[in-house]
Amino acid sequence: MSRNGPVALLYHALFVVFMVAPIVVVVWVAFTPEGYLSFPTDRWSLRWFYALARYPEFIAAFWRSLGLGALSSFLAIAVSVPAALAIGRHRFRGREAMTTLFMSPLMIPSVVLGIAFLRFFTQIGLGGTFVGLVLSHIVIVMPYALRLTLASAIGLDRSIEHAAVSLGASEAAVLKRITLPLVLPGLVSGWALAFINSFDEVTMTVFIAAPGTETLPVRMFLYIQDNIDPLVTSVSACVIAVTVAALVALDRAYGLERLLVGRGSNGR
Amino acid sequence: MKSTPYLLALPALLLFAVVVIAPLGMTVALSFHDWGQYKGIEPVFILKNWKEVFTDSYYGEMFGRTFRIALLVTLITAVFGAPEAYILNRMKSPWRGIFLLVILGPLLISVVARTLGWALLFGGNSGLVNKALMSAGLISAPLPFMFTETGMVVALSHVLMPYMVLSVWAALQRLDPQVENAAVALGAGPLTTLRRIVLPQAMPGILSGGIIVFALAASAFATPAIIGGRRLKVASTLAYDEFLNTLDWPLGAVVAVLLLAALVTIVVVANWLVERRYAAVFR
Repeated sequence: MSRNGPVALLYHALFVVFMVAPIVVVVWVAFTPEGYLSFPTDRWSLRWFYALARYPEFIAAFWRSLGLGALSSFLAIAVSVPAALAIGRHRFRGREAMTTLFMSPLMIPSVVLGIAFLRFFTQIGLGGTFVGLVLSHIVIVMPYALRLTLASAIGLDRSIEHAAVSLGASEAAVLKRITLPLVLPGLVSGWALAFINSFDEVTMTVFIAAPGTETLPVRMFLYIQDNIDPLVTSVSACVIAVTVAALVALDRAYGLERLLVGRGSNGR
Repeated sequence: MKSTPYLLALPALLLFAVVVIAPLGMTVALSFHDWGQYKGIEPVFILKNWKEVFTDSYYGEMFGRTFRIALLVTLITAVFGAPEAYILNRMKSPWRGIFLLVILGPLLISVVARTLGWALLFGGNSGLVNKALMSAGLISAPLPFMFTETGMVVALSHVLMPYMVLSVWAALQRLDPQVENAAVALGAGPLTTLRRIVLPQAMPGILSGGIIVFALAASAFATPAIIGGRRLKVASTLAYDEFLNTLDWPLGAVVAVLLLAALVTIVVVANWLVERRYAAVFR
Protein backbone atom coordinates (compact mmCIF):
# COMPACT_ATOMS: atom_id res chain seq x y z
CA MET A 1 0.00 0.00 0.00
CA SER A 2 1.53 3.29 -1.08
CA ARG A 3 1.61 6.25 1.31
CA ASN A 4 0.34 9.78 0.98
CA GLY A 5 2.76 12.66 0.38
CA PRO A 6 2.90 15.83 2.52
CA VAL A 7 0.58 17.76 0.19
CA ALA A 8 -2.01 14.99 0.40
CA LEU A 9 -1.75 14.90 4.19
CA LEU A 10 -2.16 18.69 4.44
CA TYR A 11 -5.23 18.45 2.21
CA HIS A 12 -6.55 15.63 4.35
CA ALA A 13 -6.03 17.69 7.54
CA LEU A 14 -7.92 20.68 6.10
CA PHE A 15 -10.70 18.39 4.90
CA VAL A 16 -11.11 16.82 8.34
CA VAL A 17 -11.19 20.30 9.94
CA PHE A 18 -13.94 21.30 7.48
CA MET A 19 -15.95 18.17 8.32
CA VAL A 20 -15.74 18.41 12.13
CA ALA A 21 -15.62 22.21 12.63
CA PRO A 22 -19.39 22.87 12.76
CA ILE A 23 -19.94 19.93 15.10
CA VAL A 24 -17.11 20.95 17.43
CA VAL A 25 -18.37 24.54 17.50
CA VAL A 26 -21.88 23.47 18.53
CA VAL A 27 -20.55 21.34 21.39
CA TRP A 28 -18.09 24.06 22.42
CA VAL A 29 -20.70 26.81 22.57
CA ALA A 30 -22.98 24.52 24.61
CA PHE A 31 -20.53 24.83 27.51
CA THR A 32 -20.48 28.64 27.56
CA PRO A 33 -21.18 30.35 30.90
CA GLU A 34 -22.52 33.45 29.14
CA GLY A 35 -26.18 34.27 28.64
CA TYR A 36 -25.68 34.87 24.92
CA LEU A 37 -23.83 33.18 22.05
CA SER A 38 -20.14 33.77 22.54
CA PHE A 39 -17.48 32.01 20.58
CA PRO A 40 -14.73 31.23 21.24
CA THR A 41 -15.07 31.04 24.99
CA ASP A 42 -12.32 29.97 27.40
CA ARG A 43 -14.49 29.49 30.48
CA TRP A 44 -16.67 26.44 30.95
CA SER A 45 -20.02 25.93 32.58
CA LEU A 46 -22.88 23.45 32.60
CA ARG A 47 -25.33 26.31 32.96
CA TRP A 48 -27.13 25.62 29.70
CA PHE A 49 -27.44 21.90 30.40
CA TYR A 50 -29.17 22.72 33.70
CA ALA A 51 -31.36 25.17 31.80
CA LEU A 52 -32.18 22.37 29.37
CA ALA A 53 -33.21 20.04 32.18
CA ARG A 54 -35.79 22.65 33.23
CA TYR A 55 -37.17 23.15 29.73
CA PRO A 56 -40.05 20.64 29.55
CA GLU A 57 -40.72 20.96 25.80
CA PHE A 58 -37.28 19.68 24.83
CA ILE A 59 -37.35 16.91 27.44
CA ALA A 60 -40.78 15.68 26.31
CA ALA A 61 -39.71 15.86 22.66
CA PHE A 62 -36.55 13.89 23.46
CA TRP A 63 -38.51 10.99 25.03
CA ARG A 64 -41.03 11.10 22.19
CA SER A 65 -38.24 10.87 19.59
CA LEU A 66 -36.66 7.98 21.46
CA GLY A 67 -39.95 6.07 21.65
CA LEU A 68 -40.88 6.87 18.06
CA GLY A 69 -37.48 5.74 16.77
CA ALA A 70 -37.50 2.52 18.78
CA LEU A 71 -41.08 1.58 17.85
CA SER A 72 -41.07 2.51 14.17
CA SER A 73 -37.68 0.83 13.61
CA PHE A 74 -38.94 -2.34 15.31
CA LEU A 75 -42.07 -2.39 13.15
CA ALA A 76 -40.02 -1.65 10.02
CA ILE A 77 -37.80 -4.66 10.78
CA ALA A 78 -40.91 -6.76 11.48
CA VAL A 79 -42.36 -6.10 7.99
CA SER A 80 -38.89 -6.18 6.38
CA VAL A 81 -38.06 -9.73 7.46
CA PRO A 82 -40.76 -11.54 5.44
CA ALA A 83 -40.26 -9.09 2.55
CA ALA A 84 -36.50 -9.75 2.61
CA LEU A 85 -37.14 -13.51 2.59
CA ALA A 86 -39.38 -13.07 -0.45
CA ILE A 87 -36.91 -10.89 -2.35
CA GLY A 88 -33.76 -12.69 -1.23
CA ARG A 89 -34.86 -16.30 -1.63
CA HIS A 90 -37.44 -16.33 -4.40
CA ARG A 91 -37.44 -15.44 -8.07
CA PHE A 92 -40.84 -14.09 -9.06
CA ARG A 93 -42.52 -11.59 -11.33
CA GLY A 94 -42.38 -8.02 -10.03
CA ARG A 95 -39.41 -8.71 -7.76
CA GLU A 96 -37.40 -5.76 -9.12
CA ALA A 97 -40.40 -3.45 -8.98
CA MET A 98 -41.09 -4.50 -5.40
CA THR A 99 -37.51 -3.75 -4.34
CA THR A 100 -37.69 -0.34 -6.05
CA LEU A 101 -40.97 0.40 -4.26
CA PHE A 102 -39.57 -0.44 -0.81
CA MET A 103 -36.42 1.60 -1.50
CA SER A 104 -38.42 4.54 -2.93
CA PRO A 105 -38.50 6.59 0.31
CA LEU A 106 -34.80 7.23 -0.36
CA MET A 107 -35.61 8.59 -3.83
CA ILE A 108 -38.71 10.66 -3.07
CA PRO A 109 -37.74 14.00 -1.51
CA SER A 110 -38.66 14.09 2.18
CA VAL A 111 -40.51 17.37 1.61
CA VAL A 112 -42.80 15.66 -0.89
CA LEU A 113 -43.38 12.75 1.49
CA GLY A 114 -44.11 15.20 4.31
CA ILE A 115 -46.70 17.01 2.20
CA ALA A 116 -48.28 13.75 1.04
CA PHE A 117 -48.48 12.43 4.63
CA LEU A 118 -49.92 15.74 5.89
CA ARG A 119 -52.70 15.62 3.29
CA PHE A 120 -53.35 11.90 3.81
CA PHE A 121 -53.38 11.89 7.63
CA THR A 122 -55.55 15.02 7.77
CA GLN A 123 -58.07 13.38 5.43
CA ILE A 124 -58.31 10.12 7.41
CA GLY A 125 -58.36 11.82 10.80
CA LEU A 126 -54.83 10.93 11.93
CA GLY A 127 -53.48 14.47 11.52
CA GLY A 128 -50.96 15.41 14.21
CA THR A 129 -51.26 12.07 16.04
CA PHE A 130 -48.52 9.76 17.29
CA VAL A 131 -49.99 6.90 15.21
CA GLY A 132 -49.45 9.01 12.09
CA LEU A 133 -45.86 9.71 13.14
CA VAL A 134 -45.20 5.98 13.63
CA LEU A 135 -46.72 5.00 10.25
CA SER A 136 -44.73 7.64 8.39
CA HIS A 137 -41.50 6.80 10.19
CA ILE A 138 -41.88 3.07 9.39
CA VAL A 139 -41.98 4.07 5.72
CA ILE A 140 -38.96 6.37 5.79
CA VAL A 141 -36.70 3.94 7.72
CA MET A 142 -37.89 0.94 5.67
CA PRO A 143 -35.04 1.18 3.09
CA TYR A 144 -32.42 0.97 5.85
CA ALA A 145 -34.20 -1.87 7.63
CA LEU A 146 -34.73 -3.79 4.39
CA ARG A 147 -31.14 -3.33 3.18
CA LEU A 148 -29.69 -5.03 6.26
CA THR A 149 -32.37 -7.72 6.63
CA LEU A 150 -31.89 -8.50 2.93
CA ALA A 151 -28.13 -8.77 3.43
CA SER A 152 -28.79 -11.27 6.27
CA ALA A 153 -31.28 -13.27 4.22
CA ILE A 154 -28.93 -13.52 1.23
CA GLY A 155 -25.81 -14.10 3.33
CA LEU A 156 -27.40 -16.99 5.19
CA ASP A 157 -25.87 -20.31 4.19
CA ARG A 158 -28.90 -22.54 3.69
CA SER A 159 -26.86 -25.75 3.83
CA ILE A 160 -26.58 -25.22 7.60
CA GLU A 161 -30.38 -25.29 7.86
CA HIS A 162 -30.52 -28.36 5.61
CA ALA A 163 -27.91 -30.05 7.79
CA ALA A 164 -29.99 -29.37 10.89
CA VAL A 165 -33.10 -30.82 9.22
CA SER A 166 -31.24 -33.91 8.09
CA LEU A 167 -30.01 -34.39 11.66
CA GLY A 168 -33.63 -34.54 12.76
CA ALA A 169 -34.34 -30.98 13.92
CA SER A 170 -37.96 -29.84 13.70
CA GLU A 171 -38.82 -26.74 11.69
CA ALA A 172 -39.33 -24.72 14.88
CA ALA A 173 -35.99 -25.89 16.25
CA VAL A 174 -34.20 -24.89 13.04
CA LEU A 175 -35.74 -21.43 13.21
CA LYS A 176 -34.91 -20.95 16.88
CA ARG A 177 -31.47 -22.57 17.06
CA ILE A 178 -30.05 -21.97 13.56
CA THR A 179 -31.79 -19.28 11.50
CA LEU A 180 -32.52 -16.66 14.16
CA PRO A 181 -29.04 -16.64 15.76
CA LEU A 182 -27.50 -16.30 12.30
CA VAL A 183 -29.64 -13.37 11.15
CA LEU A 184 -29.91 -11.61 14.52
CA PRO A 185 -26.77 -9.40 14.17
CA GLY A 186 -28.08 -8.12 10.83
CA LEU A 187 -31.52 -7.44 12.29
CA VAL A 188 -30.12 -5.60 15.31
CA SER A 189 -27.84 -3.49 13.11
CA GLY A 190 -30.73 -2.77 10.74
CA TRP A 191 -32.81 -1.69 13.70
CA ALA A 192 -30.03 0.58 14.98
CA LEU A 193 -29.49 2.22 11.58
CA ALA A 194 -33.24 2.70 11.19
CA PHE A 195 -33.39 4.13 14.72
CA ILE A 196 -30.68 6.73 14.03
CA ASN A 197 -32.43 7.81 10.84
CA SER A 198 -35.79 8.11 12.57
CA PHE A 199 -34.25 9.92 15.55
CA ASP A 200 -32.64 12.54 13.27
CA GLU A 201 -35.48 12.92 10.74
CA VAL A 202 -36.74 16.48 10.50
CA THR A 203 -37.78 17.41 6.94
CA MET A 204 -40.73 15.03 6.67
CA THR A 205 -41.73 15.14 10.34
CA VAL A 206 -41.92 18.95 10.47
CA PHE A 207 -45.00 18.74 8.22
CA ILE A 208 -46.98 16.22 10.26
CA ALA A 209 -45.98 16.95 13.85
CA ALA A 210 -48.41 19.12 15.79
CA PRO A 211 -47.76 20.87 19.12
CA GLY A 212 -47.80 17.95 21.53
CA THR A 213 -46.40 15.43 19.02
CA GLU A 214 -43.22 17.30 18.07
CA THR A 215 -40.06 15.23 17.86
CA LEU A 216 -36.77 16.58 19.17
CA PRO A 217 -35.29 17.63 15.78
CA VAL A 218 -38.58 19.33 14.89
CA ARG A 219 -38.67 21.15 18.23
CA MET A 220 -35.04 22.21 17.65
CA PHE A 221 -35.74 23.38 14.11
CA LEU A 222 -38.75 25.46 15.18
CA TYR A 223 -36.76 26.91 18.07
CA ILE A 224 -33.87 27.93 15.77
CA GLN A 225 -36.36 29.61 13.41
CA ASP A 226 -37.19 32.05 16.20
CA ASN A 227 -33.90 32.46 18.02
CA ILE A 228 -30.43 30.98 18.21
CA ASP A 229 -29.20 30.92 21.80
CA PRO A 230 -26.96 28.65 23.90
CA LEU A 231 -29.97 26.52 24.93
CA VAL A 232 -30.33 25.07 21.45
CA THR A 233 -26.59 24.30 21.34
CA SER A 234 -26.84 22.28 24.55
CA VAL A 235 -29.76 20.27 23.08
CA SER A 236 -27.70 19.73 19.93
CA ALA A 237 -24.73 18.60 22.03
CA CYS A 238 -26.98 15.97 23.67
CA VAL A 239 -28.31 14.81 20.29
CA ILE A 240 -24.75 14.57 18.94
CA ALA A 241 -23.72 12.56 22.01
CA VAL A 242 -26.60 10.07 21.55
CA THR A 243 -25.81 9.65 17.83
CA VAL A 244 -22.06 9.25 18.38
CA ALA A 245 -22.68 6.65 21.09
CA ALA A 246 -25.00 4.71 18.75
CA LEU A 247 -22.46 5.08 15.93
CA VAL A 248 -19.54 3.75 17.94
CA ALA A 249 -21.65 0.82 19.16
CA LEU A 250 -22.72 0.09 15.57
CA ASP A 251 -19.14 0.34 14.34
CA ARG A 252 -18.01 -2.18 16.98
CA ALA A 253 -20.90 -4.54 16.35
CA TYR A 254 -21.17 -4.45 12.58
CA GLY A 255 -18.54 -2.14 11.08
CA LEU A 256 -19.59 1.29 9.91
CA GLU A 257 -17.90 0.81 6.58
CA ARG A 258 -19.86 -2.37 5.89
CA LEU A 259 -23.03 -0.67 7.11
CA LEU A 260 -22.70 2.37 4.87
CA VAL A 261 -20.96 0.94 1.83
CA GLY A 262 -23.17 -2.12 2.05
CA ARG A 263 -20.69 -4.94 1.64
CA GLY A 264 -17.72 -6.65 3.28
CA SER A 265 -15.15 -4.24 4.68
CA ASN A 266 -11.66 -4.18 3.27
CA GLY A 267 -8.53 -4.71 5.29
CA ARG A 268 -10.07 -5.09 8.70
CA MET B 1 -45.70 -22.54 -3.80
CA LYS B 2 -45.93 -19.87 -6.44
CA SER B 3 -47.73 -17.38 -4.23
CA THR B 4 -45.30 -17.69 -1.29
CA PRO B 5 -43.13 -14.62 -2.07
CA TYR B 6 -46.21 -12.44 -2.56
CA LEU B 7 -47.66 -13.60 0.76
CA LEU B 8 -44.36 -12.92 2.50
CA ALA B 9 -44.15 -9.41 1.08
CA LEU B 10 -47.85 -8.70 1.68
CA PRO B 11 -47.55 -6.71 4.94
CA ALA B 12 -44.91 -4.41 3.44
CA LEU B 13 -46.86 -4.10 0.17
CA LEU B 14 -50.07 -3.18 1.98
CA LEU B 15 -48.22 -0.62 4.10
CA PHE B 16 -46.66 1.03 1.04
CA ALA B 17 -49.89 0.97 -0.96
CA VAL B 18 -51.79 2.72 1.83
CA VAL B 19 -49.12 5.00 3.32
CA VAL B 20 -47.03 5.88 0.23
CA ILE B 21 -48.89 5.40 -3.04
CA ALA B 22 -52.29 6.66 -1.86
CA PRO B 23 -50.88 9.86 -0.24
CA LEU B 24 -48.77 10.64 -3.32
CA GLY B 25 -51.83 10.20 -5.53
CA MET B 26 -53.84 12.44 -3.24
CA THR B 27 -51.12 15.11 -3.46
CA VAL B 28 -51.25 15.09 -7.26
CA ALA B 29 -55.06 15.42 -7.05
CA LEU B 30 -54.68 18.21 -4.48
CA SER B 31 -52.61 20.27 -6.93
CA PHE B 32 -55.70 20.59 -9.17
CA HIS B 33 -58.06 21.68 -6.38
CA ASP B 34 -59.21 25.23 -5.80
CA TRP B 35 -58.39 27.27 -2.71
CA GLY B 36 -59.51 30.56 -1.26
CA GLN B 37 -58.67 32.48 1.89
CA TYR B 38 -62.15 31.98 3.35
CA LYS B 39 -63.58 28.97 1.55
CA GLY B 40 -60.56 26.70 2.10
CA ILE B 41 -59.88 23.77 -0.26
CA GLU B 42 -62.55 22.98 -2.85
CA PRO B 43 -62.25 19.53 -4.45
CA VAL B 44 -62.76 20.59 -8.07
CA PHE B 45 -60.55 20.07 -11.13
CA ILE B 46 -58.93 23.32 -12.28
CA LEU B 47 -55.56 24.30 -13.72
CA LYS B 48 -55.37 27.62 -11.83
CA ASN B 49 -52.46 26.64 -9.55
CA TRP B 50 -50.41 25.12 -12.36
CA LYS B 51 -50.95 28.23 -14.51
CA GLU B 52 -49.89 30.45 -11.63
CA VAL B 53 -46.64 28.53 -11.04
CA PHE B 54 -45.77 28.49 -14.75
CA THR B 55 -46.62 32.14 -15.46
CA ASP B 56 -45.47 33.95 -12.30
CA SER B 57 -41.72 34.61 -12.66
CA TYR B 58 -41.33 34.33 -8.86
CA TYR B 59 -41.62 30.55 -9.11
CA GLY B 60 -39.27 30.30 -12.06
CA GLU B 61 -36.68 32.30 -10.13
CA MET B 62 -37.14 30.10 -7.06
CA PHE B 63 -36.78 26.81 -9.02
CA GLY B 64 -33.76 28.36 -10.81
CA ARG B 65 -32.15 29.11 -7.43
CA THR B 66 -32.93 25.60 -6.16
CA PHE B 67 -31.24 23.85 -9.08
CA ARG B 68 -28.36 26.37 -9.26
CA ILE B 69 -27.53 25.66 -5.61
CA ALA B 70 -27.85 21.90 -6.18
CA LEU B 71 -25.50 22.03 -9.17
CA LEU B 72 -22.88 24.08 -7.29
CA VAL B 73 -23.04 21.76 -4.29
CA THR B 74 -22.62 18.75 -6.60
CA LEU B 75 -19.54 20.29 -8.25
CA ILE B 76 -17.97 21.29 -4.92
CA THR B 77 -18.48 17.88 -3.31
CA ALA B 78 -17.06 16.15 -6.42
CA VAL B 79 -13.99 18.41 -6.69
CA PHE B 80 -13.13 18.20 -2.98
CA GLY B 81 -14.62 14.85 -1.98
CA ALA B 82 -13.08 12.64 -4.70
CA PRO B 83 -9.42 13.48 -3.82
CA GLU B 84 -10.21 12.89 -0.15
CA ALA B 85 -11.66 9.45 -0.91
CA TYR B 86 -8.48 8.63 -2.84
CA ILE B 87 -6.26 9.81 0.05
CA LEU B 88 -8.37 7.78 2.51
CA ASN B 89 -8.00 4.72 0.32
CA ARG B 90 -4.20 5.03 0.44
CA MET B 91 -4.06 5.28 4.23
CA LYS B 92 -2.81 2.47 6.42
CA SER B 93 -5.12 0.28 8.42
CA PRO B 94 -5.93 1.91 11.77
CA TRP B 95 -5.98 5.48 10.42
CA ARG B 96 -8.16 4.62 7.49
CA GLY B 97 -10.91 3.22 9.70
CA ILE B 98 -10.69 6.15 12.12
CA PHE B 99 -10.87 8.85 9.47
CA LEU B 100 -13.59 7.04 7.56
CA LEU B 101 -15.63 7.17 10.78
CA VAL B 102 -14.80 10.87 11.26
CA ILE B 103 -15.81 11.80 7.71
CA LEU B 104 -18.83 9.51 7.27
CA GLY B 105 -20.07 9.84 10.86
CA PRO B 106 -21.57 13.33 10.35
CA LEU B 107 -23.97 11.70 7.87
CA LEU B 108 -25.87 10.28 10.82
CA ILE B 109 -25.71 13.38 13.03
CA SER B 110 -28.85 15.53 13.02
CA VAL B 111 -28.82 17.92 10.07
CA VAL B 112 -30.31 20.60 12.34
CA ALA B 113 -27.30 20.37 14.67
CA ARG B 114 -24.84 20.49 11.75
CA THR B 115 -26.54 23.50 10.19
CA LEU B 116 -26.65 25.22 13.57
CA GLY B 117 -22.86 24.77 13.63
CA TRP B 118 -22.57 26.62 10.32
CA ALA B 119 -24.91 29.36 11.50
CA LEU B 120 -22.58 29.83 14.50
CA LEU B 121 -19.46 29.79 12.29
CA PHE B 122 -20.94 32.29 9.82
CA GLY B 123 -22.38 34.46 12.60
CA GLY B 124 -22.59 37.88 10.96
CA ASN B 125 -19.54 39.87 9.84
CA SER B 126 -17.45 38.89 12.86
CA GLY B 127 -18.02 35.16 12.35
CA LEU B 128 -15.17 32.70 12.63
CA VAL B 129 -15.21 31.83 8.92
CA ASN B 130 -14.76 35.47 7.95
CA LYS B 131 -12.02 35.97 10.55
CA ALA B 132 -10.15 32.90 9.26
CA LEU B 133 -10.50 33.91 5.59
CA MET B 134 -9.35 37.47 6.31
CA SER B 135 -6.35 36.45 8.42
CA ALA B 136 -5.37 34.01 5.64
CA GLY B 137 -5.44 37.00 3.28
CA LEU B 138 -8.02 35.39 0.98
CA ILE B 139 -10.55 38.20 1.34
CA SER B 140 -10.19 41.83 2.46
CA ALA B 141 -13.75 42.53 3.63
CA PRO B 142 -16.15 40.16 5.42
CA LEU B 143 -18.40 38.14 3.09
CA PRO B 144 -22.06 37.79 3.94
CA PHE B 145 -22.86 34.10 4.52
CA MET B 146 -26.05 34.11 6.55
CA PHE B 147 -29.20 34.61 4.45
CA THR B 148 -27.25 34.19 1.18
CA GLU B 149 -26.90 31.51 -1.48
CA THR B 150 -23.16 31.33 -0.72
CA GLY B 151 -23.92 30.31 2.85
CA MET B 152 -26.46 27.71 1.70
CA VAL B 153 -23.95 26.23 -0.76
CA VAL B 154 -21.18 25.98 1.87
CA ALA B 155 -23.43 24.41 4.51
CA LEU B 156 -25.09 22.00 2.05
CA SER B 157 -21.69 20.96 0.68
CA HIS B 158 -20.72 20.01 4.22
CA VAL B 159 -24.00 18.21 4.91
CA LEU B 160 -23.83 16.15 1.67
CA MET B 161 -20.05 15.65 1.39
CA PRO B 162 -20.11 12.19 3.10
CA TYR B 163 -22.31 10.80 0.29
CA MET B 164 -19.73 11.78 -2.32
CA VAL B 165 -16.76 10.43 -0.33
CA LEU B 166 -18.70 7.22 0.29
CA SER B 167 -19.56 6.76 -3.37
CA VAL B 168 -16.03 7.41 -4.67
CA TRP B 169 -14.59 5.26 -1.87
CA ALA B 170 -16.82 2.36 -2.96
CA ALA B 171 -15.62 2.77 -6.57
CA LEU B 172 -11.97 2.87 -5.50
CA GLN B 173 -12.41 -0.41 -3.62
CA ARG B 174 -12.57 -2.09 -7.03
CA LEU B 175 -9.25 -0.51 -8.02
CA ASP B 176 -6.39 -3.02 -7.96
CA PRO B 177 -3.36 -1.20 -6.45
CA GLN B 178 -1.14 -3.38 -8.67
CA VAL B 179 -2.46 -1.55 -11.74
CA GLU B 180 -1.17 1.72 -10.31
CA ASN B 181 2.16 0.10 -9.48
CA ALA B 182 2.36 -1.30 -13.00
CA ALA B 183 1.82 2.19 -14.48
CA VAL B 184 4.61 3.59 -12.29
CA ALA B 185 6.88 0.67 -13.20
CA LEU B 186 6.23 1.36 -16.89
CA GLY B 187 7.50 4.91 -16.40
CA ALA B 188 4.29 6.92 -15.81
CA GLY B 189 4.68 9.98 -13.56
CA PRO B 190 2.34 10.42 -10.55
CA LEU B 191 0.10 12.88 -12.45
CA THR B 192 -0.18 10.60 -15.47
CA THR B 193 -1.07 7.68 -13.20
CA LEU B 194 -3.77 9.74 -11.50
CA ARG B 195 -5.22 11.00 -14.77
CA ARG B 196 -4.99 7.82 -16.85
CA ILE B 197 -5.41 5.06 -14.25
CA VAL B 198 -7.11 6.30 -11.07
CA LEU B 199 -9.53 8.93 -12.42
CA PRO B 200 -11.19 6.70 -15.04
CA GLN B 201 -11.83 4.05 -12.39
CA ALA B 202 -13.11 6.59 -9.84
CA MET B 203 -15.40 8.24 -12.42
CA PRO B 204 -18.43 5.93 -11.98
CA GLY B 205 -18.26 6.64 -8.24
CA ILE B 206 -18.00 10.40 -8.80
CA LEU B 207 -20.96 10.34 -11.20
CA SER B 208 -23.26 8.19 -9.08
CA GLY B 209 -22.26 10.20 -6.00
CA GLY B 210 -23.04 13.34 -7.97
CA ILE B 211 -26.54 12.10 -8.77
CA ILE B 212 -27.24 11.38 -5.09
CA VAL B 213 -25.83 14.74 -3.94
CA PHE B 214 -27.74 16.67 -6.61
CA ALA B 215 -31.06 15.04 -5.72
CA LEU B 216 -30.56 15.60 -1.98
CA ALA B 217 -29.34 19.19 -2.45
CA ALA B 218 -32.30 20.12 -4.66
CA SER B 219 -34.77 18.79 -2.07
CA ALA B 220 -32.89 19.83 1.10
CA PHE B 221 -35.06 21.59 3.62
CA ALA B 222 -33.62 22.25 7.09
CA THR B 223 -30.30 23.72 5.90
CA PRO B 224 -31.77 26.24 3.39
CA ALA B 225 -34.48 27.13 5.91
CA ILE B 226 -32.00 27.93 8.70
CA ILE B 227 -29.27 29.56 6.59
CA GLY B 228 -31.63 31.26 4.11
CA GLY B 229 -33.97 32.67 6.72
CA ARG B 230 -37.50 33.68 5.85
CA ARG B 231 -36.79 35.53 2.61
CA LEU B 232 -34.39 33.44 0.52
CA LYS B 233 -36.63 30.56 -0.59
CA VAL B 234 -35.89 27.29 -2.37
CA ALA B 235 -38.54 24.85 -3.62
CA SER B 236 -38.84 22.85 -0.40
CA THR B 237 -38.97 25.86 1.93
CA LEU B 238 -41.53 27.53 -0.33
CA ALA B 239 -43.72 24.42 -0.25
CA TYR B 240 -43.41 24.42 3.56
CA ASP B 241 -44.54 28.04 3.66
CA GLU B 242 -47.58 27.38 1.47
CA PHE B 243 -48.60 24.43 3.62
CA LEU B 244 -47.99 25.72 7.14
CA ASN B 245 -48.11 29.52 6.91
CA THR B 246 -50.17 30.67 3.90
CA LEU B 247 -52.26 27.47 4.07
CA ASP B 248 -52.65 27.45 0.27
CA TRP B 249 -52.22 23.67 0.11
CA PRO B 250 -53.07 23.21 -3.61
CA LEU B 251 -50.35 25.69 -4.62
CA GLY B 252 -47.85 24.00 -2.29
CA ALA B 253 -48.82 20.66 -3.84
CA VAL B 254 -47.98 21.99 -7.33
CA VAL B 255 -44.49 23.00 -6.13
CA ALA B 256 -44.01 19.57 -4.50
CA VAL B 257 -45.23 17.61 -7.54
CA LEU B 258 -43.03 19.69 -9.86
CA LEU B 259 -39.99 19.16 -7.62
CA LEU B 260 -40.63 15.40 -7.53
CA ALA B 261 -41.18 15.18 -11.30
CA ALA B 262 -38.07 17.24 -12.09
CA LEU B 263 -35.89 15.22 -9.73
CA VAL B 264 -37.15 11.82 -10.86
CA THR B 265 -36.58 12.80 -14.51
CA ILE B 266 -33.07 14.13 -13.85
CA VAL B 267 -32.05 11.16 -11.70
CA VAL B 268 -33.46 8.51 -14.06
CA VAL B 269 -31.88 10.08 -17.16
CA ALA B 270 -28.54 10.65 -15.41
CA ASN B 271 -28.53 7.08 -14.07
CA TRP B 272 -29.31 5.72 -17.52
CA LEU B 273 -26.48 7.75 -19.09
CA VAL B 274 -23.97 6.70 -16.42
CA GLU B 275 -24.94 3.04 -16.62
CA ARG B 276 -24.77 3.04 -20.41
CA ARG B 277 -21.33 4.66 -20.37
CA TYR B 278 -20.00 2.39 -17.62
CA ALA B 279 -22.04 -0.74 -18.30
CA ALA B 280 -19.06 -2.99 -17.57
CA VAL B 281 -18.52 -1.56 -14.08
CA PHE B 282 -22.09 -2.00 -12.87
CA ARG B 283 -22.56 -5.50 -14.23
